[in-house]
Amino acid sequence: MRDKKALFLIIMGMLAVLVVVLFRSVPSIAQTPAHAKPAVASVRQVTACDHRKTVIVEGYSDDQPLPPEKAREVATLLTKLMQYCTEEVQARITTDERILLSVNGSAYVQYIQGQPLPFLPVQGKEPTAREQQVWKAELTRVVQQGNSLFHDSKLGTNGISCDMCHPNAANTHPETYPKFQTQLKKVALLRDMINWCIQNPLEGKPLADDDPQLKALEAYILSQRTGKVVEVGKH
Amino acid sequence: MTRDPFSRREQQRAAERKSFFDSLCNVSRRVFLQRAGQAAGIAMAASAFPPHSFQLVEFVTGGSPEAEPQVAFRFAYISDSHLFAKGMTHRFAKAALKAVDDINALDPQPDFVLYGGDLAQLGQREELQLGKQILSGVKAPLKMMVGEHDWFFDMGETWQDFFGKPTYSFDHKGTHFITLMSVNEKDFWTERKMTPMQRMQTVAGLDNGTQSRFEVGDAQRQWLAEDLKKVPKTTPVVVFSHSPLYKYYRNWNFWTDDAEQVQRLLFPYNSVTVIHGHTHQVLTNRIQNISFHGMLATAWPWPYAPEGLPKLTVQMDRVDPFDQFDGCGDGTLGCRKDGQLNMNYNLWSRNPMKVTYEEVASGKPAAPGPSY
Repeated sequence: MRDKKALFLIIMGMLAVLVVVLFRSVPSIAQTPAHAKPAVASVRQVTACDHRKTVIVEGYSDDQPLPPEKAREVATLLTKLMQYCTEEVQARITTDERILLSVNGSAYVQYIQGQPLPFLPVQGKEPTAREQQVWKAELTRVVQQGNSLFHDSKLGTNGISCDMCHPNAANTHPETYPKFQTQLKKVALLRDMINWCIQNPLEGKPLADDDPQLKALEAYILSQRTGKVVEVGKH
Repeated sequence: MTRDPFSRREQQRAAERKSFFDSLCNVSRRVFLQRAGQAAGIAMAASAFPPHSFQLVEFVTGGSPEAEPQVAFRFAYISDSHLFAKGMTHRFAKAALKAVDDINALDPQPDFVLYGGDLAQLGQREELQLGKQILSGVKAPLKMMVGEHDWFFDMGETWQDFFGKPTYSFDHKGTHFITLMSVNEKDFWTERKMTPMQRMQTVAGLDNGTQSRFEVGDAQRQWLAEDLKKVPKTTPVVVFSHSPLYKYYRNWNFWTDDAEQVQRLLFPYNSVTVIHGHTHQVLTNRIQNISFHGMLATAWPWPYAPEGLPKLTVQMDRVDPFDQFDGCGDGTLGCRKDGQLNMNYNLWSRNPMKVTYEEVASGKPAAPGPSY
């Protein structure tokens, strides 16, 4: 399924270059979003098949084809943008090779190649300080709930708690799941091992997969391993 | 092919394989068949039989004085049982009983048995009572040491009621033994208005920054200095402390805050060894003339700390969580005629490990251990 989707997106990307919809009229700088670059002699505009992602390449005109290298860069960018969101995105590749992105006509944000796409404010506004505060508080609350459960023998029946063997969630390797858990003789997720520990050393009842307590435990364990490289299947 | 009972399983296999392939050069048909039979034997030994099916036999014979002529006497240890008041069928009680059986099966019997502290999990009278009952099964004389899990519910009242003073010294066959109470903590509870149980539970956790760090403390260091005054510098000294008497990893209290001050009192002696509990792992260190050995727990093993591991430590194998006894165990110490100690780790689900005085004194860093 995943392969098919990736293939589809690549084809779409290629189509975006090969079957480009060329607009004869280039938008004047007055129509481009705020903070846009000042007028340049010529630009070439390429729009993807979804008609919502556009790349404006500075320094090329509509009456000549883009060099293959540039065309490939445009195709990759369009593919990436289509994967990213369904909003209308305008990208601008400047003559000094910077990439600027604008969602639904909002201010341009610079995108540095090779790095993750910058957070693009959807619906034309950036999150407020209050919103960011709420999101952070909510995340901290869930991690903190996991921390309490991890240090609480109530998950089991014999007095034992998770932290007794795993101080700071050491030796839990959440970044290695999913993996073939040899002792269980099947591929396990982190939650499967959490439940195994609850049932065995703690002699308690396993938590349902959608139990908020299980999610909180996962959140805590993962938060303790921040900065560790994901190594699926290691160990 | 002889097996060295004290090298690790992986090392043994590698050595066996090497000697087998070395012997393959220039063989006749008859010898070849013989070798093939040996190869099958090695393969079977490696996979068909779990290591613990050999273990006790190897431990008992390998640990006998005849095998180590330089050893003058032996003592054994059991440590960190963390008992809950949930009867003899609780997994930790079963583990403690297993250790008692191990020690009682030693032939010859050790001169005495050190209990390394943390007999109880939360310092409850019932927990200590259960522990006392289990340890009453030990045939050899018992020397008790206190741990923080025994102490911080009632500040040692019950433990001292059952086992006497936590700080004492004695002489045995020319060696001066000292037992310290190294898990004192500065008052963090009064200001926070904690109940005794809250105080106990805070100390019982490793990964909280609330509690203070362990320390021997002024009064006890004075006592130690006084006690050592009558001991000649040529007399071997062995110190029992629950926490390691050095600084390993502060965040988990694998730590004694005034370790340097205690070490300074011990530096003038020719032969000094510190045996400690608390860290639940094979742990080896050497600071100047002092050798340090960590004891195994019977309850559960702890992962090696993310930093600060002494370079001399040969790590025990990464533990299989599906085996309750893996990474746990007990052990013996061979006291050599010069007073230096050889540490024998009786790992229940692995081959035993031995750390000799020569290895510690050589100061050679160990090969990197398993990855965590």
